[in-house]
Amino acid sequence: MTILLQTKGLSKRFGGLTALNNIDLALESCVILGLIGPNGAGKTTLFNCLTGVYPIDGGDIIFGNRSIRGLKSHVTTSLGIARTFQNIRLFGNMTALENILVGQHCRMKAGVWGAIAMNRSTLKEEKKAFGKADELLNFVGLNDQGDTLAKNLPYGDQRRLEIARALAVKPRLLLLDEPTAGMNPRETAELTGFIEQIRTELELSILLIEHDMRVVMGISDRVTVLDYGVKIAEGSPEEVRKNPKVIEAYLGRLGTMMGKRAVTA
Amino acid sequence: MMNTKKIYLPIVVLFLLLLPPMVGNYWTQVLGNIGIYVMLGIGLNVVVGFAGLLDLGYVAFYAIGAYGYALLASPHFGIHIPFWVMLPGCVALAAGGGALLGIPVLRMRGDYLAIVTLGFGEIIRILLNNLDPLTNGPRGLLRIDAPAMGNFVVNSPFRWYYLIFAGIIFSAFVADRLNNSRIGRAWIAMREDQDAAAVMGINILKYKLLAFTIGASFAGIGGAIFAARQGSIFPENFSLMVSINVLCLIIIGGMGSIPGVILGAVILIGLPEILRGVHQYRMLAFGGLLVAMMIFRPTGFIPSARRKMELRE
Repeated sequence: MTILLQTKGLSKRFGGLTALNNIDLALESCVILGLIGPNGAGKTTLFNCLTGVYPIDGGDIIFGNRSIRGLKSHVTTSLGIARTFQNIRLFGNMTALENILVGQHCRMKAGVWGAIAMNRSTLKEEKKAFGKADELLNFVGLNDQGDTLAKNLPYGDQRRLEIARALAVKPRLLLLDEPTAGMNPRETAELTGFIEQIRTELELSILLIEHDMRVVMGISDRVTVLDYGVKIAEGSPEEVRKNPKVIEAYLGRLGTMMGKRAVTA
Repeated sequence: MMNTKKIYLPIVVLFLLLLPPMVGNYWTQVLGNIGIYVMLGIGLNVVVGFAGLLDLGYVAFYAIGAYGYALLASPHFGIHIPFWVMLPGCVALAAGGGALLGIPVLRMRGDYLAIVTLGFGEIIRILLNNLDPLTNGPRGLLRIDAPAMGNFVVNSPFRWYYLIFAGIIFSAFVADRLNNSRIGRAWIAMREDQDAAAVMGINILKYKLLAFTIGASFAGIGGAIFAARQGSIFPENFSLMVSINVLCLIIIGGMGSIPGVILGAVILIGLPEILRGVHQYRMLAFGGLLVAMMIFRPTGFIPSARRKMELRE
C-alpha cells in the first residue's frame, strides 16, 4: 500500500509548552487510523498542524509525494485534506445545501467575470455543483434538509452535514475530530457504520480522533496513542489495548497493576 | 419568491422610468441624488453585507472616483478625456484604492478593521484638502465636463436621472450575480466563520481583497457621476458623514438586500428633502429612526432572504 500521509519529527510549541514532540506518523491510503489520548494530549493540535491552521515548529509533513509544511489551510484543502471540527463549525446562516457548495469551492473555477456573465461554463459548473451537493446530502441522509439553515438542524444532522461538507472537497484524506461527541449510543452506532461506509465507498483514508473506545477499537485499522504531545504507542487496536503504557496514560499506575481488565471493561 | 420578483421587477422599473415627467425638475434632481446613494449603497453592501467587513471609510473610493474624473476632464489641467472613457478609468482607480486599503487590513477583523478604514477615509479627504498643486485644495475643482455623445450633452436633471438609473441597473445586476455565485458563497462563508472557511478551501486574503476592490469599484462609478453632474467638487463633499450615511441606508433598508438599499436611500436621502421645512430637526429624526429600527426591525425594511431566515429560527 502506498503511504498517503507521513509526518517526520513533527513538533509544535506554544511558548514553553511542547504540544507535539517529534511525532512520526504514517498513514496508507484507504486506511482508518484512530488517534487517541487523554485530554490535552495534542490530538486536535496535530489536526491543526496537518491542515495549516498552525505553522509547525519542527519536522516535516509529507502528503502524497510533496511536503505540505508551511502551506496555508486553503492550499492543503485543495491538495485533498478535509476535516471536521470538534465543536461543530458549520456556516450557521447558510442552508445545508450551501454549506456543501462552499465545500466544493476549491474544486470550482468561476471567477468574478464568470460570476457576472454567468456564461455557459459557469452555468454548467454551478449545475454540476448543485447536483453533487444533492448527492452528498443523500449520502449522509439529509435528503430533504437541503434548504434548512445549518444552525436549525438537529445536533446529529449537523455532525453529518459537517462530514458532507468535508467530503465535498473530494478529499484523499479525511480528518474527523470526535465525530460522535455528544451522540447517544444509537446515533454513535449509526455514525460508526457510516464512517466505514465512507472509507469503502469513497476509497479515502481517515484519521479519526475519538474518545469512545468502542468506536475507535471497532473501526480503526490501526491506532496511535498520544500523551502529553508524545506518541506512546502504535499498532492494531488489539496491541494498543494491551499496551501497558496506554493503560497507564489513561488510568495511572494503579490501572497498570489491575491490568487488562480495567481497559477492556 | 422567484416569481414575485419576476412580476414586480418590470413594474417597478417601468414606474421609475416614467417618474421624472410626473414629478418635474426639482424632484427629478432629488431622485438623482438618491440614485447616487443607491449606487454607493450597492457597493458598500458588497463589503459589509456580503463579506461582513465593516468599512467606515467607503467615502474614500467615492472621492477617488470623483477626483479621478474631475482632474482629467476639467480646465484644471486642461485635459478633457470623455466621460465614457473615464468611467472605466474611474472604476479602475477606485478598485486600485480598494486594493491599496485592502492589503494592509487583510489580517484584521471586526472593530480593528473598522477603525483602520475610518482612518483611510480621513487620510484621503485630508490629502485632497492639502495637496494643493494637484487637487486645488479646499477651492476644489470647477467646470468639470458633462458627459456627451456627439451633440447630446447630459446636462439636465432628466438626462442625469436616466444615466444614473442605468448605472443603478448595472450595479444591481452585477452585485446580484456576484451574490448568487461561487464568489458570493465564499464571502458569506467568510462572514459566518473565517477560520472554518479557510479550512474549507477559501483563500481568505484573496476574498477579502476582492470584496474591498469590487465594493470600491461601484463607488468609483458613483464618484465619476457625482463629479460630472455637480460640475464642481470640493474636499468637503467627501466627509465622514457620507460613509456613515451610506452605512445607515444599508442598515435601514436591510443589510445584504438590494431592494433594501434602494428603499434605504429613498428614506435617508429623500426624506430630508420632504422635511426641508423642519430641517433643523433632521438629525434628531434620523437618530430616532435608527434607534427605532434597531429595536423593532433589526434586519431593516426589506431584509435579504437570508437575513430573514436568520431571524426566523
